[in-house]
Amino acid sequence: MQKIMLAHGGGGQEMNDLINGLIFKIFNNEILSQNNDSAILNLSGKLAFSTDSFVVSPTKFSGGDIGKIAVCGTANDLAMVGAKPRYISCALIIEEGLDINELKDILSSMKSTADEAGVAIVCGDTKVVSKGSCDKIFINTSGVGEIIKEVRIENLKSGARVLLSGDVGRHGAVVLASRNELRLQSHLQSDCKPLYKIVEALLNAGITPLAMRDATRGGLSAVLNEWAKACKRDIKISEDSIAVSDEVMGICEILGFEPYELANEGTFVLAVEPKDEIKAVEILREFNSNANSIGEILDSNKSNVIIQNSYGATRFMEPPKGELLPRIC
Amino acid sequence: MDLINSFRDKDKILALSKIIKQRSKKPLNIMEICGGHTHSIMKFGLPQLVGEHINFIHGPGCPVCIMPRSRIDEAIAIASIDGVIFCTLADMLRVPGSKGSLAELRAGGADIRALYSPLDTITIAKENLDKKVVFFAIGFETTTPMSAVVVEQAINLNLQNLFIHLNHVTVPAPVRAIMSDKDVKIDAFLGPSHVSVITGSKIYEELANEFKTPIAVSGFEPLDLMDSILNLVNQHQNGTYKVYNEYARVVTKDGNQKAKELINRYFEPCDFEWRGLGVIKDSGLRLRDEFDYLDAKKYFNIEVGESKESKACICGEILRGKAKPYDCKVFGKVCNPQNPIGSCMVSGEGACAAYYKYSKRG
Repeated sequence: MQKIMLAHGGGGQEMNDLINGLIFKIFNNEILSQNNDSAILNLSGKLAFSTDSFVVSPTKFSGGDIGKIAVCGTANDLAMVGAKPRYISCALIIEEGLDINELKDILSSMKSTADEAGVAIVCGDTKVVSKGSCDKIFINTSGVGEIIKEVRIENLKSGARVLLSGDVGRHGAVVLASRNELRLQSHLQSDCKPLYKIVEALLNAGITPLAMRDATRGGLSAVLNEWAKACKRDIKISEDSIAVSDEVMGICEILGFEPYELANEGTFVLAVEPKDEIKAVEILREFNSNANSIGEILDSNKSNVIIQNSYGATRFMEPPKGELLPRIC
Repeated sequence: MDLINSFRDKDKILALSKIIKQRSKKPLNIMEICGGHTHSIMKFGLPQLVGEHINFIHGPGCPVCIMPRSRIDEAIAIASIDGVIFCTLADMLRVPGSKGSLAELRAGGADIRALYSPLDTITIAKENLDKKVVFFAIGFETTTPMSAVVVEQAINLNLQNLFIHLNHVTVPAPVRAIMSDKDVKIDAFLGPSHVSVITGSKIYEELANEFKTPIAVSGFEPLDLMDSILNLVNQHQNGTYKVYNEYARVVTKDGNQKAKELINRYFEPCDFEWRGLGVIKDSGLRLRDEFDYLDAKKYFNIEVGESKESKACICGEILRGKAKPYDCKVFGKVCNPQNPIGSCMVSGEGACAAYYKYSKRG
């Protein structure tokens, strides 16, 4: 089996073979194949620009892989400000010894996800580092998108309804379950997917989101706490309205985690005017039947996220802190 | 049976809430021995469901909280030795010792690994025969059998490179120590069910009789706790002091005989210094003499100087049931989960961490 060697990052023939023989072949698009020092793009109007780096172990998990996340992550960050993702870059940091077939699978996954998201991978970079310097592969993607309807966090205000586009914790639970040391068996799949089509459906229906954010690392809890801080208001959430699959709940109970703190890669939080609530939920449910209205922004100025359970008791939903460590007993 | 939702049933919880409020007519101080119970109580908002007479007091049942700084210092001294792979369970990484935490030591390059299962140490030892692998064993009766299995496998596999730093403790001893303090006013106890899965419910009978205090061996789900609280309220009203086994779906009177035999085969009682409680006779476990060649402290000949606790932190008072986390001046301010001053703010099972996370900020 062919493996990545340090020579593949050396700037010589091997690197040329890797880029032209594999990467360009898979990503294949007109802009990339022009092979200029920079991609020359055709864009107009207001743009959104975002970047993110992706490190995930294992690189392949149920429902996705590092390549799929690398495209979804940046494309979704663009979608969350109301931008249609157009072009992304791909910078690879590869550990010496990685199987070329594994790299090929990751790149193919990036390509098919990019096609699904409607973006082209138009420029990139490849570095190879010595064994032990990184964990198989790290990927950075940056992306630009055309603003269709500008969505800013500063629009958050009292009375706004908080909606969730699906069930929570799937991606985090899948990655945990995939780790060798846990040896958990599960049929769970990551929620990893591009989100712009859902945003587009909302915009086409005349809904103007006040704010949107994909609930990636830190999960729902991190987003709601950021929002509560940003708008200096309490946010009250009903626990019953948040969908958590039995498998995610099971993994959380075994390890002592909160499903609201686990990462999602295709679930987002949305704030809308009360008048848009029902219509927006209806549209979200066309894409995921677990979508729901989960709470509202209160007219108070303490910046807490308060969660109420089915029997009426309330508590804070604190933002996650530190490493995600399992309970001891 | 749905093992989660069945025990979170709204109608049953509200029905129990109503009965508890009706029957609870005089102040009742309930100590939840285990930090897991503290977290469940706060997470599910149970103080809001049981009425004004019931006061929950956190007890000394979190393996991280009760660990004296001297043992963390020993762990750090061992983990600092070249060629050592130091294995620990999750939260212990963040507990501050006199010179920082294991997490800080790891960031400085030490090979420190957070385990999901104690048995992972066996795999690590087999894969790293040129290194010395040390398992920092902690916890109450719940986790002790797993450490005994690690010892047994190390012996059976004749692993020459695996050592144990044993910090296991038992539940009844600190309960007796707390109840012997005349300043402590506790009317009833919630006993951790996972401990009794191993020991049986009978470990509490002597305590209940000696201190004329009812004890409910309780599960961790809200319905488990509400049912246990109702039993304690009833006993308090009636003046009885029995051991109530709420977790009868798993807990027997005598417990898991096989696990107990395994523990006794390799470990024996010893005095243990508890954070906030001082040295309690026969409250900890050590390796039996014939296995002390596996003792990491002896093998590496570790001696640490005097280890002082932070003066600002009142973890000791909290663990004795004399203070609530809110009473601590540094709670939620200087001391928070990102910068824990005391171990009660570190652990996922610690009292301060539970109060901070679910209920009140500083």
